[in-house]
Amino acid sequence: MTDATETLLRVEDLRLHYQTRRGVARAVDGVSFDLRRNEALVILGESGCGKSSLAKALMRVLPRNVQHFGGHVMLGETDIMALNDERFRREIQWNRIALVMQAAMNALNPVVRVGEQVAEPLRVHRGWSKERALERVAETFRKVGVSTDFIQRYPFELSGGMRQRVVLAMALVTEPDLVILDEPTSALDVLTQAAIMNVLKRIKRDEGTSFILITHDVATSSELADRVALMYAGQIVEFSDARQFFHDPAHPYSKMLMDSVPRLHQPEAPGHIPGEPPDLINPPAGCRFADRCPSRFERCDRDPDAFSLDERRRVRCWLHEGEDA
Amino acid sequence: MTAGSPLLQASNLHTWFELRQWGFLRVGSVRAVDGVNFALARGESVAFVGESGCGKSSLARTLLGLHRPTRGEVTFDGEELSTLKGKARQRYLARVGYVQQDPFGALPPFMDVRRLLNEPLIIHGVRDPAAREERIRRVLEEVRLTRVDEILSKFPHMLSGGQQQRIVIARALLLEPAMIIADEPVSMLDASVRVEILNLLRNIQRERELTLAFITHDLSTVRHFADRIFVMYAGRIVEQAPVDELLDHPQHPYTQSLLAAIADVDADNALEERDVPGGEPPSLLNPPPGCRFHPRCPKAIAGTCDVREPPRFAPREGHYSDCWLHDERHGS
Repeated sequence: MTDATETLLRVEDLRLHYQTRRGVARAVDGVSFDLRRNEALVILGESGCGKSSLAKALMRVLPRNVQHFGGHVMLGETDIMALNDERFRREIQWNRIALVMQAAMNALNPVVRVGEQVAEPLRVHRGWSKERALERVAETFRKVGVSTDFIQRYPFELSGGMRQRVVLAMALVTEPDLVILDEPTSALDVLTQAAIMNVLKRIKRDEGTSFILITHDVATSSELADRVALMYAGQIVEFSDARQFFHDPAHPYSKMLMDSVPRLHQPEAPGHIPGEPPDLINPPAGCRFADRCPSRFERCDRDPDAFSLDERRRVRCWLHEGEDA
Repeated sequence: MTAGSPLLQASNLHTWFELRQWGFLRVGSVRAVDGVNFALARGESVAFVGESGCGKSSLARTLLGLHRPTRGEVTFDGEELSTLKGKARQRYLARVGYVQQDPFGALPPFMDVRRLLNEPLIIHGVRDPAAREERIRRVLEEVRLTRVDEILSKFPHMLSGGQQQRIVIARALLLEPAMIIADEPVSMLDASVRVEILNLLRNIQRERELTLAFITHDLSTVRHFADRIFVMYAGRIVEQAPVDELLDHPQHPYTQSLLAAIADVDADNALEERDVPGGEPPSLLNPPPGCRFHPRCPKAIAGTCDVREPPRFAPREGHYSDCWLHDERHGS
């Protein structure tokens, strides 16, 4: 057994900028966080905040128009940013970090049996025989609640919920240290969503897997999160314990976001955040949320630091200057 | 609810899609809407809630006259929909606005906002360009779009998702409809914008005294935006009640499990698994006999639920549920 508080992943000042026709889009712009073993970290944010780019940066699946990609990422003792592409692909991708991309369940190869598709990382990255790989697939299918009869089926024969479990199995089959899930339930129905979240909870408990869950949905995030990193315009604006984040958020954006979450048993209507997030190509000079922020004051024209309120919480907002621990 | 005759009434409505092999061999029918009855009053806001494949979008499209009902009928303001032809049908379409799920897909990409808002007015015979411009500016104000001049000359892709959806709503309002059908109007939008758009629709509905039919899968937002809820499962309405009554006292086991699957945000959610009924919604090609939820229902009564279709019971005042558990012979 590994120590529960051991740090698995340490990300420092990660940047991923894209070259576009209009200029450089700073999708991930100086992101730092750490992840402990067997922990679930939720990267929460609205569309265009850079959260999917963050996933791609960690897994190093980059589009061609990357203008700048840099920072430090330590996975255990390995400085994975220092590895060349070949070594990264061989040693890290799928072996130690697996990624379930958004809408991956619709990207399964329609003419290959699902069992073979799930076995592929083992066959390609580990060079296992087909029999040995399929045995592991069957074992993984049982963990995610897919009948082993489905190994022989084609994707179209499976419902959306089952296909999502299959791509989950594909990520888990190599028993990686870290599984990154990008919006794993956003295309699914309420009951199917709940069933998938149950599977993730079970895997986390029984297998000790570490997760980074990327989502825009606060309610979904609360189903797995130990800690929450809220992203806004390419930066993490609050990094907190789940309990603190959901019940006592610190950043003005976190507060407004939590207030906009509809609650079934709440008599008053949820609020909303006026305005739009800034352009990632020309983000405003100071705090990127300032234009929409009700607590804005003079200092906000300057870029705020990430202040640590206590050892479990970091907030990028001038209001918390001086509370710095 | 307002008194008087209902604005829209669906009786024994069925919309089936024939499935053919090789283009001619009938192999069965997908029973997307399979015996639905309801009446919508003038000026009320209702939500049809259900999971994908429950028939809620097919129902919306049937009400819009885009699908012809296989059986049963829809009457709007006393007139039966399937009898409307030519001009009368065009008049109906002007009186029912449609707000689609995907605002970007709903707006023609090659038209600027001015042109795409002029289009429906031209089709419906508003000849004077100045009158059209005037009406367009009025609805854009109503959907709270500022900097109207700038917006009018933009193309859809230059607008944010929230702005696009406001244009779709503006377009639906242009012809002064009596009713708006909104099919998942916010599911493609960000959380912080969703509430804003829902509020907007609700306010417009109240100000204009419109009938608003929401199609949604999201039970957590309906309380503030609808007066009544219809819960759909496998082509049927299984439960209906005023919104607070339904959310606070759900009667049908399906509704109960839907509500149990969504919890209010809480850090403790991560600690326990949720009760989720096993299985998946049935195929609409071959729905199970008896109650369609019985194969997944934790409370199914063997010998009853799997054999006989449940009739509509009223376990509480104004609250209807199609479930054998409410039958007194079963002593619930």
